Amino acid sequence: MTSENRLTRFMIVLAGCLVLSACSSNSEWGWYVVNPLLEGGRVNLWFLIAGYPSTIYISAIAAALSMTVGLGVAVMGMSTWRVFRIINRIYVEFIRSIPLLPLLFWIYFGLPFLIRGTWFEFNVDPFWAGVITLALSDSAFTAEIYRSGIQSIAKGQSEAAQTIGLTKWQTMRYVVLPQAIRRILPPLANQFIYIVKMSAFVSVIGMQELMRRANDLNTNEYRALEIYTVLILEYLVLVLLISAAVRWLERRMADGEVR
Amino acid sequence: MATDNPLAIEMRDVDKWFGDFHVLKGINLNVKRGERVVICGPSGSGKSTVVRCVNRLEVHQKGVIKVEGVELKDDRASIDAIRSDVGMVFQQFNLFPHLTVMENLTLGPMKSRSMNKADAEALAMRYLDRVRIPEQADKKPGQLSGGQQQRVAIARSLCMEPKILLFDEPTSALDPEMISEVLDVMVGLAEDDGMTMIVVTHEMGFARKVADQMVFMNQGEIVETGPPTEFFGNPQTERCRTFLDQILKH
Repeated sequence: MTSENRLTRFMIVLAGCLVLSACSSNSEWGWYVVNPLLEGGRVNLWFLIAGYPSTIYISAIAAALSMTVGLGVAVMGMSTWRVFRIINRIYVEFIRSIPLLPLLFWIYFGLPFLIRGTWFEFNVDPFWAGVITLALSDSAFTAEIYRSGIQSIAKGQSEAAQTIGLTKWQTMRYVVLPQAIRRILPPLANQFIYIVKMSAFVSVIGMQELMRRANDLNTNEYRALEIYTVLILEYLVLVLLISAAVRWLERRMADGEVR
Repeated sequence: MATDNPLAIEMRDVDKWFGDFHVLKGINLNVKRGERVVICGPSGSGKSTVVRCVNRLEVHQKGVIKVEGVELKDDRASIDAIRSDVGMVFQQFNLFPHLTVMENLTLGPMKSRSMNKADAEALAMRYLDRVRIPEQADKKPGQLSGGQQQRVAIARSLCMEPKILLFDEPTSALDPEMISEVLDVMVGLAEDDGMTMIVVTHEMGFARKVADQMVFMNQGEIVETGPPTEFFGNPQTERCRTFLDQILKH
């Protein structure tokens, strides 16, 4: 086991111990609201934890979309056609400068009017508004990650590929991308963690994910400190698990690679 | 007709600029089939660019380049035709670090010539034998010495069965004790296979041994050409003489 994995476990266990010990000892805190030893606490805790599927689901779909759109945008940015490079520049600069919350409101409240009566019309519910917002705003960053990763592969690699008769596409597929992916993966994983955290914003339009559930519980119980502490730990656990998964993936890809 | 043409490479009045920098000035160079041409000259003289123009890694702006009778133009067809005739060996080897030696060699034949895996591997083994490192087939390039890597790179271009091989300073990135193992392979290609070769190098011992024609370049121009005996024995220009004095001094 690596030291990083041990650290991850340690932090999770530590977080758990903190909560449990606080539940029993400190009277200033109102840990009873989330105390797993009490009936009411269990119900509340379960209510909070039940937000995980939504948070994970919305983040995963948004990340998948962002990686796909981002790749397209990155490819345009590396095109020999000037018009594509200009589209790439405008897209990246424009999307990158819109804060998440205004974009979310624009899509949730504004987009329905824009697409009404067109073939593209669909029901913009909180879930899809959230997915589109997160994917859009993240895609500008993933596009730049792809582009810098691909362009970091030495020019000699594609020249050598050309001299053994590979087409541009084959050069990408067999020579450049397999090398670039190792450099792209770590920053891409960072972006995924970023999406997970930013998904909390979607609570403001009524999506029942981790954040929204914490808010709802708080309006009933008036125990902000305890409830939001649990909420933060929920995000911590999720993000630590993702980082552990990414490290495992990186190690697997690096197997046998000697430079 | 291409096959009657005794010229493998024909360059006529070739000019090239990098931005404002006039890197090639009116280059005229003919290379006959089976001929070995060695290009030397100070750094920045354009010798690498000449070689890179032949297989269109660089685009020339004026003049005519013909390879095996086919003129290099902007269309895919002429570029593909020429690239299938011309192999190239780079200063930095440019092996694919994520693939094994065997995969480096079979990638071209399998993807661009649709050869099946078994045939491609048999072909690759033949050329690995040729460069005398068949036992390294399953290693990654990073596990090999510089000299071994460059020999793999030579084998990789041979797998495309080219008519012409271009060498762009093939030994400049190597430790001294590895230079000869690469030069030996190149001498073998010249003497046993009669391969048409253009070699950019400062290895004058190699040049004396295999060159049919020496070319000296300076500031984007071909200053002097001639067979090695004359070229080394009695250089015609002052610039060429001082250059040779410099590199042969030690």
